[in-house]
Amino acid sequence: MCGICGCGQTEQKHSHHHDHQPNHADTERLIKVEQDLLSKNNRYADQNRAYFKQHNIFTINLVSSPGAGKTTLLVETINALKEQLAIAVIEGDQQTEHDADRIRATGIPAIQINTGRACHLDAHGIGHAVMDLKLKPNSFLAIENVGNLVCPSSFDLGEAHKVVVLSVTEGDDKPLKYPDMFYAADLMLINKTDLLPYVDFDVDKCIQYAKQVNPDIEVIQLSATKGNNFMAWVSWINKRSL
Amino acid sequence: MHEISLLENVREILQDHAKTQQFKQVKKITLEIGLLSCVEPEALRFGFDAVMKDSLAENAELIVTEQEGVGLCDQCKKQVPIASLYDPCVLCDNPFVTVTQGNEMKIKNLIVI
Repeated sequence: MCGICGCGQTEQKHSHHHDHQPNHADTERLIKVEQDLLSKNNRYADQNRAYFKQHNIFTINLVSSPGAGKTTLLVETINALKEQLAIAVIEGDQQTEHDADRIRATGIPAIQINTGRACHLDAHGIGHAVMDLKLKPNSFLAIENVGNLVCPSSFDLGEAHKVVVLSVTEGDDKPLKYPDMFYAADLMLINKTDLLPYVDFDVDKCIQYAKQVNPDIEVIQLSATKGNNFMAWVSWINKRSL
Repeated sequence: MHEISLLENVREILQDHAKTQQFKQVKKITLEIGLLSCVEPEALRFGFDAVMKDSLAENAELIVTEQEGVGLCDQCKKQVPIASLYDPCVLCDNPFVTVTQGNEMKIKNLIVI
């Protein structure tokens, strides 16, 4: 998989030093680079995407702020789909195996990536996790990113879609406060709708804000814990992973 | 603070170019950052010295040029300035403006020896 970084390969050390290099020592020169800061990550992402396409693996990158309910949503999604679809999960958190343990309890293979101080997953780490997971062809891979509405928006992992989860216990103006993520996502899940009677969250306003940032964004309102409208989300996946 | 990750990417890109273009030291690096990208130029400046320490860009001068945001209004079809991803058109107030400039974040060029 890692043809770009070559990690895992034995490093070739060349000790033969050439003293007769062209003599541009100490002469300043200008080099035009014109290269995207994310070009390395994007190359790994392209490689992942090609692998997913080749093996018909439908991959989503699930993003939200901490506590929006990503892991609970995934557990319920797995329970709804695991009889009909091969599923695997990559969990990203700064620390602990807690989320991967919750996924494994459903009987589905999961790998935890601890990002340490990093606030997002990157495509290189995903490439390695994919190799370790030994994914089945014609399957569904869910990547749960680090809870963070800012940084994961810029790092393409090779997924088919970014799916952003926003729960009604947060502010309905989050799409405006964190526009990059809603701009990058193809689907917004408004979660915990069973709590709407108890909170001051205006669903229409929230959708309007999200569409203002990204006119093409799709929206599904649901409750992962109570099951309200959950099948709309399940069939969204089903339609795309067959 | 993904600016640190981005700077680590910059450091790797510099190492690649040092091999192919044969230089030993970077004296100056110019980055172009779009004002609609999710990068904060101040955070890049803040983290630059720490990330480049012990690399071939240690003590290099960092120049960040900022690109204004521009979008194409879906309604009046004019190019208009935008300061955020959700700004309405300044000419016709239509809320849907497609970004055409301001998302970029690139290494423009280097001065090397």
